[in-house]
Amino acid sequence: MSDDELIWRIAGGSGDGIDSTSQNFAKALMRSGLDIFTHRHYPSRIRGGHTYVEIRAADHEVQSRGDGYNFLLSLGDSFARNPQEEAFYGNEEIKPLSENLDELREGGIIVYDEGLISEDDVEAINLEERAEENNWHVFPIDLRSLAKEHGREVMRNTAGVGVTAALLDMELEHIENLMSDAMSEDILESNLEILHEAYEMTIEEYDFEHELRAPEGSHETEQALLSGSNAIAYGAIDGGCRFISGYPMTPWTDVFTILSQNFPDMGGISEQVEDEIAAAALAVGASHAGVKAMSGSSGGGFALMSEPLGLAEMTETPLVLVESMRAGPSTGMPTKPEQGDLEFVLYTSQGDSSRVVFAPGTIEEAYEQTRLAFDIAWEYQIPTIIIYDQKLSGENTNVDVEFFDREPEPGLGTTLTEDELLEAAHDASGKFERFGYDDNEKNVSKRSLPGQKGGRYLATGNEHSPVGHISEDADNRVYQMTRRIEKLDSIREELDEEHPSNQTYYGDETADYGIITWGSSHGAVAEAVERLNDDGHSVKGITVSDMMPFPEKEMTEFIESVDEAMVVEMNATAQFRGLIQKELGRFGEKLTSLLKYNGNPFEPAEVVEGYEVNVAEEEREPTAQVRIEPAAGD
Amino acid sequence: MSAFNAIGEEREIDRDEFTPGVEPQPTWCPGCGDFGVLKSLKQALPEVGKTPEEVLTVTGIGCSGKLNSYLDTYGFHTIHGRSLPVARAAKLANPELEVIAAGGDGDGYGIGGNHWIHTARENHDITYIVFNNEIFGLTKGQTSPTSPKGHKSKTQPSGSAKTPLRPLSMSLNAGASYVARTAAVNPNQAKEIIKEAIEHDGFAHVDFLTQCPTWNKDARQYVPYIDVQESDDYDFDVTDRREAAEMMHETEDVLNEGTVLTGRYYVDEDRPSYTEEKKAVGELPDEPLAERYFDDDAEWERSYDLLDRHK
Repeated sequence: MSDDELIWRIAGGSGDGIDSTSQNFAKALMRSGLDIFTHRHYPSRIRGGHTYVEIRAADHEVQSRGDGYNFLLSLGDSFARNPQEEAFYGNEEIKPLSENLDELREGGIIVYDEGLISEDDVEAINLEERAEENNWHVFPIDLRSLAKEHGREVMRNTAGVGVTAALLDMELEHIENLMSDAMSEDILESNLEILHEAYEMTIEEYDFEHELRAPEGSHETEQALLSGSNAIAYGAIDGGCRFISGYPMTPWTDVFTILSQNFPDMGGISEQVEDEIAAAALAVGASHAGVKAMSGSSGGGFALMSEPLGLAEMTETPLVLVESMRAGPSTGMPTKPEQGDLEFVLYTSQGDSSRVVFAPGTIEEAYEQTRLAFDIAWEYQIPTIIIYDQKLSGENTNVDVEFFDREPEPGLGTTLTEDELLEAAHDASGKFERFGYDDNEKNVSKRSLPGQKGGRYLATGNEHSPVGHISEDADNRVYQMTRRIEKLDSIREELDEEHPSNQTYYGDETADYGIITWGSSHGAVAEAVERLNDDGHSVKGITVSDMMPFPEKEMTEFIESVDEAMVVEMNATAQFRGLIQKELGRFGEKLTSLLKYNGNPFEPAEVVEGYEVNVAEEEREPTAQVRIEPAAGD
Repeated sequence: MSAFNAIGEEREIDRDEFTPGVEPQPTWCPGCGDFGVLKSLKQALPEVGKTPEEVLTVTGIGCSGKLNSYLDTYGFHTIHGRSLPVARAAKLANPELEVIAAGGDGDGYGIGGNHWIHTARENHDITYIVFNNEIFGLTKGQTSPTSPKGHKSKTQPSGSAKTPLRPLSMSLNAGASYVARTAAVNPNQAKEIIKEAIEHDGFAHVDFLTQCPTWNKDARQYVPYIDVQESDDYDFDVTDRREAAEMMHETEDVLNEGTVLTGRYYVDEDRPSYTEEKKAVGELPDEPLAERYFDDDAEWERSYDLLDRHK
């Protein structure tokens, strides 16, 4: 836990402008020179229901949500469905104040809208007593009336920001500029008035007894605030993708939306279609005709993509899919993160799978690995999948603008031109030997595109001969099947030898205890490892992105170097630990698991506690909603 | 300069060019109606000036799915029911390609029904040939969406309790701008209809009656057939949606009573194809997107230029 950081939580109901307000405030903090990490929690509802965004801001790098928060701006839920205490969902109006209040740190600040949240309700949650116990500083302010006086009631979020800025001793300049950029003229003036009024009123009317202030920092280079979904979309653009097909589903919709909005200006094509079977099949069709194409979905929609995914494997059609996980099974918890689709994404579709799967852990990796996915898909003619989740999809962090200053790569990899087709092998009827037996460097047979002279062949989901005719000849079958599967070996070799590792290492290199995680749990684990080492423990960590082909060498080295390791992941059945054991065929007795599947991502403190319970063998159960799964044989 | 020089090539085209030189012999049964579709395509394509390498034939699964094994064009033999989404994306990626999709009645009207409805609705500029034999052939004779009510099969041992689907009416309602029915036993009409369908700018749906001599022995061989355009008994305007709907309804009603009506049912030359509609709203590039990847002078936009909104 760090004292020099602000974790500002703005809470309200869906529809209260929580997301847009937090975006602007996060940018204002970034512009003031701070590093940012945001965490978004929302229900599967259009209006009402407790939703919040946490902005963690510090003068040093922040890579995860923090432990709890130290500033709560609670707007109350103006769309609350049922304010009766006895109702099934309880009193929704006050939830943005009452939910997770225990996580507010000692000495923290609470600002709530007493224009919406009634005195009786506040009494009912014993706020006064709890504030005293925890040394919280409580500011009941009628944000609603303040907003109404200068504009409209819905602008109470702006009033809340004004109060926040005053209490944190922040300049208003950045906030004003951002409001001017984001708002249309008809609402800008009243919002600015409300901002100033709230700011000045707070300074005039309250004594500041709290210690918390906005941290001060500075950036040496220009920063941009991006989400994982932005980064995936931008990686696709720079990887030369100009075709996306999809069907809406949370949380994948973000990537789909960003590309649909950008493609028209880039000569690209976006298609919203009837279902996810069609979505993936369209991407296959576009790729077959010569365009770098992608599709994607979340778990339920991705299930429908199994068939076209297998078709792409069999026909060796390059393809990038993204799978944005949310808590399952079935409809599960649509707006909550989970890492529960790993096994599904690795193996879905009939037959032996031959696909590449990357799980980026940070915003930068989301960009890099999406680009890499396009390179590999077109070089090796293989479907490549980016697996991420609701957490990475929606979290924002600041990235050096210069990080993106690089050349796009629109190349079609191992696709032949008409001139090259002249030299290629053809059968006696003039059909191109698209799946021929010779010159298949790295197990890749070169492809042609419909409309090219001299490239005619048949693509088929059946096993097929060199020109694509349906064939059940045993020798041909073994050749083609082996070649397709061994492309993964060639890819592994390339990843090991020609690229910087997609795995991230941290902590004490000499440690004999390891913590292993994958994908979006990276930030919390990396921070926990740092904290453990600062506290005198000796721990090393690794975050894995290469799910398939599996980084056998790196993982073997890592696990061999420690006596014991804990695998941290957001699911209930330790899927990644299972993958490690399957791929390496050993280490079952060395690996324990720390699992979380309550709909919320790990906080660093939970990982620290998991370590303590595991390693110190303390005779206690973890306090958080996590589960320890012992090593094989234990 | 185009990277796809087979497209738009002006030359004499021999119909033999569409027969693979190194032949996989068709595996269809003797007397199968599928031969009729193959033959009509081999005749129609040269007559409309198409060369094998500017045509992409996309098929589903079943006996019909093997069409592109025996028709020498670029081919994509996809998966059951999914020929249309693959075909329409190929057309969007490279609108200069001649894209023909084909499959059976189970493939198109059953498992792929949703794609059929939406492809018709969007009016993609592709030709869609449905080999309609009123049965599942390759899986050995199960009842299909177009099997008549009472049809007995191993999976419907007491006879189907379902009335058959109405392919023509469905297509019209969904938005197809060219709807016709022909039969394998009527090769001249079939060729002409296939030619019209290929040349039509929009979704052209041909319900092609293909007798199955092995699994549907009880069914008629679709003779005698009546061409509704040639017969004096029928008089309707193919450009009039209401009249077309009525004629389709009657055609579907009488098929299982032994009267085989065929011909053009609906032709709408005014409705813009999806390609045109999408260009009109600025969401499809003027030049085929597939060409851009071969254009060395193309300027590729990059994400770096989008960052202002994030600063």
